[in-house]
Amino acid sequence: MSAVVSLTNVHKRFGAVKVLNGVSFEVGRGEVAAVIGQSGSGKSTALRCINALERIEEGTIEVCGHAVHDPKLDRRALRRDVGIVFQSYNLFPHLTAEQNIMLAPMCVKSLSKADARTLAQDVLARVGLAEKADHYPEQLSGGQQQRVAIARSLAMQPKLMLFDEVTSALDPQLTGEVLKVMEDLARGGMTMILVTHEMSFARKVATKVVYMHRGTVWETGPGAMLDDPQTPELRKFVGGEM
Amino acid sequence: MSYRFDFLALLPYWREFALGVWLTLQLSAVATVLGFALGTLCAIGRADGSPWVRAVIATYVEVIRNTPLLVQIFLVYFGIATLGIHLSANFAAVAALVVNVGAYTCEIVRAGIESIHKAQLEAAECLGLSRVQTYWHVILRPAIERVYPALTSQYVLLMLASSITSQISAEELTAVANRIQSDTFRSFETYIVVGVLYLALSMVVRLGFMGFGLVAFVRRRKLGTPL
Repeated sequence: MSAVVSLTNVHKRFGAVKVLNGVSFEVGRGEVAAVIGQSGSGKSTALRCINALERIEEGTIEVCGHAVHDPKLDRRALRRDVGIVFQSYNLFPHLTAEQNIMLAPMCVKSLSKADARTLAQDVLARVGLAEKADHYPEQLSGGQQQRVAIARSLAMQPKLMLFDEVTSALDPQLTGEVLKVMEDLARGGMTMILVTHEMSFARKVATKVVYMHRGTVWETGPGAMLDDPQTPELRKFVGGEM
Repeated sequence: MSYRFDFLALLPYWREFALGVWLTLQLSAVATVLGFALGTLCAIGRADGSPWVRAVIATYVEVIRNTPLLVQIFLVYFGIATLGIHLSANFAAVAALVVNVGAYTCEIVRAGIESIHKAQLEAAECLGLSRVQTYWHVILRPAIERVYPALTSQYVLLMLASSITSQISAEELTAVANRIQSDTFRSFETYIVVGVLYLALSMVVRLGFMGFGLVAFVRRRKLGTPL
């Protein structure tokens, strides 16, 4: 299995705080990796480093053939291959759901308006929101907004999707509808890395779990590892979650 | 004290008044468009430029906002003439108004740009949008929608302030009025009429901005809520 993402000995600090302290892991094509850990364990930072939203001080990150650690990285080329969904949705408030989705394909891939609209309808249907195309973000629930955000990323046909605590701002019902969309994506073969607190989702969908603790990968393994933690820290963490 | 109003004495001058209104509208429209462009560029420069660019723009804005418009007009008209470049009064008037309103626009638009959450820029960046595309689609459009009421007031003010350019005898409504009152010696009536005309012009400008806003800000028109 060829690695789509590989982090090797990644170090990152914010001022005096060491956030990543030699992080290494790999994610292969079609894998769904769930990165879990306590707040402050560095999991979101690791995810942001993969998309070059944060600069790293040491180590290497290869993503879809891009050397992300290289200062000469072509960020726009990287972003063509990688989609990201944020906890706070970050939809553009002045655009409808459809326009939010159409913007990047038209700007970046020079799609015609008609083609972009067809594409938008297609991805909106995939997240179950075909009838909400003309709605503005403020007219949508949090779960719907997040699904539009996922659709917006999908429209760029990324090879890798990153999810940064995408359900943390949602109530259980809305969380469910977003997770269902993500599960469908996983089943469709999308390579995904998700930072999440949804242990049951990680258990069910993830092919790989990366447990981060104190800025390093403390334990890693298949989803089943959550039922049989090897380290006391993970045991405590999983216990606290249940 | 009794003063007998004689507005009829002004009747023969209605064409001049009408021309004055037209000239003021033209002057203000040109200054608005150019001033908006200048101010927006400066706002971008101030938000995103190198320290050097930021310092230059900050100085420009502060100097303009803390000196009288009339002095600025004189400086442009007479100052540049002493350099051997002769500007027509109208050109100097437009140039001075653009420089003036550009500084105020810069501050207003900058406030709008600063109101855009950093996460929006991150989202645009991650979708692969270029900087120019991000500025246009993700920053400026909502930023300008947010500060649109302030911009409208500023450009109404600009239209009213354009009366000052009569001091260098630029062709506009107040200059026309000055001429008419010295012809008729009916200054009170003349300036009452001019006052009413400016009031009407303000309404027209406000309506124009409202109309443009309805066309430009679709979400606002449909939902009626502020961004």
